[in-house]
Amino acid sequence: MTSIDITSSDRTTMSSDISLLDPGHKAAGLTATNVACWFGTKKVLEGVNLDMAPGQVTALIGPSGCGKSTFLRTLNRMHELVPSATLAGEILIDGVDIYRGAIPVTDVRRRIGMVFQKPNPFPAMTVAENVLAGLKLSGLKTTRSERDDLIESCLSKAGLWNEVKNRLGDPGRALSGGQQQRLCIARSLAVSPQVLLMDEPCSALDPTSTRRIEQTISEISEIVTVVIVTHNMQQAQRVSNRCAFFLAAENEPGRIIEEGPTKDIFSNPRDPRTNDYVNGRFG
Amino acid sequence: MTTTLNTTLNNTTENKINTEERIKIRDIEMVDVIVMTGSAISAFALSYFFFQILLPVSGALGFLVCWYVFFNIISTVAVWELRGAVKAKDHLARVFIWTGGMAAVVPLILVLGYVIGKGYHSLRPQFFTQDQKYVGALSKSTEGGGAHAIVGTLEQVGIASLISVPLGITTAVYLNEVKGRLTKPLRMIIDAMSAVPSIVAGLFIYAAWILALGNQQSGIAGSLALAVLFLPTVTRTSEVVLRLVPGGLREASLALGGTEWRTTSRVVLPTAKSGLVTAVILGVARVIGETAPLILTVGGAFVMNSNPLSGKQDALPYFVFRLIRFPQEAQVQRAWTGALVLVILVLVLFVIARAIGGRGPDHISRLKKRRLKRKGLA
Repeated sequence: MTSIDITSSDRTTMSSDISLLDPGHKAAGLTATNVACWFGTKKVLEGVNLDMAPGQVTALIGPSGCGKSTFLRTLNRMHELVPSATLAGEILIDGVDIYRGAIPVTDVRRRIGMVFQKPNPFPAMTVAENVLAGLKLSGLKTTRSERDDLIESCLSKAGLWNEVKNRLGDPGRALSGGQQQRLCIARSLAVSPQVLLMDEPCSALDPTSTRRIEQTISEISEIVTVVIVTHNMQQAQRVSNRCAFFLAAENEPGRIIEEGPTKDIFSNPRDPRTNDYVNGRFG
Repeated sequence: MTTTLNTTLNNTTENKINTEERIKIRDIEMVDVIVMTGSAISAFALSYFFFQILLPVSGALGFLVCWYVFFNIISTVAVWELRGAVKAKDHLARVFIWTGGMAAVVPLILVLGYVIGKGYHSLRPQFFTQDQKYVGALSKSTEGGGAHAIVGTLEQVGIASLISVPLGITTAVYLNEVKGRLTKPLRMIIDAMSAVPSIVAGLFIYAAWILALGNQQSGIAGSLALAVLFLPTVTRTSEVVLRLVPGGLREASLALGGTEWRTTSRVVLPTAKSGLVTAVILGVARVIGETAPLILTVGGAFVMNSNPLSGKQDALPYFVFRLIRFPQEAQVQRAWTGALVLVILVLVLFVIARAIGGRGPDHISRLKKRRLKRKGLA
């Protein structure tokens, strides 16, 4: 197992040959094979094999510190932003390696979007600008009508349009927490990702906002593959088709204990540790 | 029907508010006032007795110190008797902290008051319009004579900012966003640079720009000397401001497929904008009063020279430095007025910095609103 040198490969090159506004884009599948991660010399993840099928919602569950967030961050090359981080293994999007392949890292991240735990709309931008931020950051020119369409369609997909259609000129942070998180989802959707990674997107939100986000997830799962990290068992059951249970023994790297259809993981787990975890006996 | 209902409702709430008696949480009790006044009076009497009658010394400062010490002792004992040890210690600490705060503010007010008192007399419009071509040492100070120095200062500081601000912010971006191998040595150099005595900055430019390269003393030489002092200040403060931008925003930008450059230019810098502007203005306010680096570099002049590139120029602090030692009263007067103008310039810069710094990153300026409207985004 050789670790990948992430610093040398095309950090800033980018190609703009993918039409971002192409409505015919399809959700893509992600395949992780034998992924291992290190922070410095500490190995935090080992032997992860996971298939995330196109158009499906995959939930990653497990106690804190078991490496599920780290794994999520390897899926769109955010892991390497930590200076000491390295990894090994292979991650394919529709069969193309995202680390060794020909896709520039900026394109990888555009095709595999991410929503973070804390809502983080750009403070210096308005609601509308936040939605369009991805285009601006990729240096893409758009016409006014394209922009208007994109703002409306993305905010609608994120279930926010009706609440903010008269507030598009307000600063992004003037919205409530739940609205901000949905704004972040709309922002991610604006660059037409094929996969959307969500790192505990509801952990900072109230139950009503959580319900709205879950609704959004089930709606967008038709157009993007969703991978979601969650600590909430009910949420995993409500939103996901498949589920992967991560666990790390003390001073050992985390690994996947069990993976399969959500129904089986919760009602008929094969491993006793999974059974204990999903029934709330630890973690 | 509904209106009457509403009015009755309003009336009842109003009545309720009026009848409700609020607890007075922050009121000062009469006893405390009496204790403090009593302590102050008895401390005054005691120190008068000791200082004026018993001891063979006198003087206002000694009396005040004596009074302060006695007041602390008496009031602490009184509070101790009245409310116990904990309250007494609390009282003593409060008095010390008050004294500390006052001790810091009083000299500032004294300096300001002194400069205003000395300088306001000659602060006439002519001071800003006349140089000393026709107004000389023998003419009245109210006839002005500071225009050349004001123009010189504004030009020198302006050019110094043009050099230092882009360089400083770029360096701060390197230190905080790019983080290369040179980060540590660079930060050390910047630290060392900010400790350079200002006269050394002037000497350096004198040796390098004037002696070695054979240039004359001029405004630009002064600007370079000021830039040497300005650069580390603006770099360090900008770096601190950039560090305050949450890392989550950078991650969000990169996760959208942004390059590092666009992340910095479109997300990090706009978010830190108000802080950066404040940093720059405070830096300007600091170098605008520097005298030492200018003594060797600008040369000093009595007439207007608005060309910073050639010929000797004057600067406000240098103007003050020279004129205060003139035998003629009018020139000394002008020096004080120059000092006052300098103080006013700094004050204006501080007020602007406070106004901009108080705005959050999500403040949308009128200019930006107009731009958004044009794009159809508002």
